[in-house]
Amino acid sequence: MTDDAIVVEGLVKSYGNVRALCGVDFAAPPGSVLGLLGPNGAGKTTAVRILTTLLAPDGGSARVAGLDVVEDAAALRAKIGLAGQYAAVDENLTGFENLEMVGELYHMPRAEARARADELLEQFDLVDAAKRPAKTYSGGMRRRLDLAAALVYRPPVLFLDEPTTGLDPRSRLSMWETIESRTEEGSTVLLTTQYLEEADRLADRIVVIDHGNVIAEGTSDELKDRVGGERLEVVLEDVADGDRAVEALAAICQDPPSLEGQRVIVPVRHRSGVIADAVLRLNGAGVGIDDIVVHRPTLDDVFLHLTGHRAEEDPEEQTEEQTEEVAA
Amino acid sequence: MSSTVADTIVLARRNLKRIPRQPDLLIAYTIQPVMFVLLFVYVFGGAINTPGFDYVDFLMPGIIVQSIAFGGFVTALGLSEDVKKGLIDRFRSLPMSRAAVLAGRTFSDILLNCLSLVVLFAVGFAAGFNFIDTTAGQVILGLVLVLLMGYAFSWIFALVGLFSSSPETANSIGFTLIFPLTFASSVFVPASSMPDGLRQFAEANPFTTWSDAVRSLWIGTPPHSDVWMSFVWCAAFIVIFAPLAVARYRKVAAK
Repeated sequence: MTDDAIVVEGLVKSYGNVRALCGVDFAAPPGSVLGLLGPNGAGKTTAVRILTTLLAPDGGSARVAGLDVVEDAAALRAKIGLAGQYAAVDENLTGFENLEMVGELYHMPRAEARARADELLEQFDLVDAAKRPAKTYSGGMRRRLDLAAALVYRPPVLFLDEPTTGLDPRSRLSMWETIESRTEEGSTVLLTTQYLEEADRLADRIVVIDHGNVIAEGTSDELKDRVGGERLEVVLEDVADGDRAVEALAAICQDPPSLEGQRVIVPVRHRSGVIADAVLRLNGAGVGIDDIVVHRPTLDDVFLHLTGHRAEEDPEEQTEEQTEEVAA
Repeated sequence: MSSTVADTIVLARRNLKRIPRQPDLLIAYTIQPVMFVLLFVYVFGGAINTPGFDYVDFLMPGIIVQSIAFGGFVTALGLSEDVKKGLIDRFRSLPMSRAAVLAGRTFSDILLNCLSLVVLFAVGFAAGFNFIDTTAGQVILGLVLVLLMGYAFSWIFALVGLFSSSPETANSIGFTLIFPLTFASSVFVPASSMPDGLRQFAEANPFTTWSDAVRSLWIGTPPHSDVWMSFVWCAAFIVIFAPLAVARYRKVAAK
């Protein structure tokens, strides 16, 4: 347990009467990506602020890279990188100057800070914009610069607070690729997100939080299993074939298939080959198929299952971010 | 400690880099003081009576005090932006001195005020200003006094910036609070020319004390107690406003 790069135990934080975190526990082994998933106001950002020493917890404890976030806060800051939804870059400085400044504030020698800035600009595809003030950057470029700033000192633990909130789909995809290539280098990453698809794609393990409580934890697959694994759905050409279809498909699943009108729903364990198998069996039984699909439960289904409500986004914040995108 | 100094320099350099890139800020530090000097010397100057002195000689110490007092407004603007844009969080997550954010701001203000002083003296001399009955030591003491006053105001502007919800508000609060104070003083006209009530207010106004102190050092007016009182005012402002700004910074940053 003490070997984990991030260990959070019973973390509590309130703002006045509002409890942002009500005793949260989670851990991330070194080199893993932990996704902290939840809707707005779930407590994700509060957790990140405590883990990055920006905020003191009211109760519980947290250790990052073996250091206590309160007692060893000063030493810890040399081991973490923080990038977030606000893209904290100095708009009046160029991309290069932003990274150089951060390097110098990590007390790197100036020449080294500059070399590192050049290296990161190259890696993050910002070379052409390196000499332009960051205020001329698009939203996606700002996020990349922000992430680059978090990586200047090659921190062993990286915190990404909603790294793609408000980005257009293309920038989001490129940000995901960037994050994936960073995590391959062995840093431990804590990623918060309200996008289920994002946690699914980037995280090894997912902690679902809602109203300051951990409501589920596991790999993406484990969470999906909780709502019943995969389903094969067959739409029949003729409703009258229903019983024959159920009979033909009963052999490929443990639980019996169910019939809903002209739709046969078959719970399956393994995705591979299941469609071909089903098509062969139905053909053999002389059943006509209109459509056939394997439906994987999304994390949205998981969230709905766990909380009774969807992991919807706050429409206000979304609008604001989008406006910002347009302005940028 | 040495890291505080190094971090302060890194951040001061960062603060200064934006000035030439933002025409409105560059104008505020160069063209605006020039405009004020020309306006007062040539437009109002003829109508203002300053017995024993050319108006330009009377005006320059006052207008320098006024300009330098406002030199710190960029600190209000910058801090308000840093809070809003999340840069304060970035700085606080780095293994750097936490004092350096405010120290870097107020330190870069001193350098900007030096730039303003060069511009002000250049236009002042061009408009006919002369040092009268003074020594090099007194001239320098006057410069030190003015820069110290500017430093005190940087802390006031820091506080304003940390209380403002936006850079625009920071700007307007600063000007609305301080601008009228500079006019109800001996910055532009002798306090003795003002009606009862306003005159007493002007005489108690620290801007009067500062202007009269610099006049006594640069153009040989009777010093009275103004010079040492000026330093007392500066010290009082710093002692009051620096801790308030630091406390406010801690509160804003730890949200």
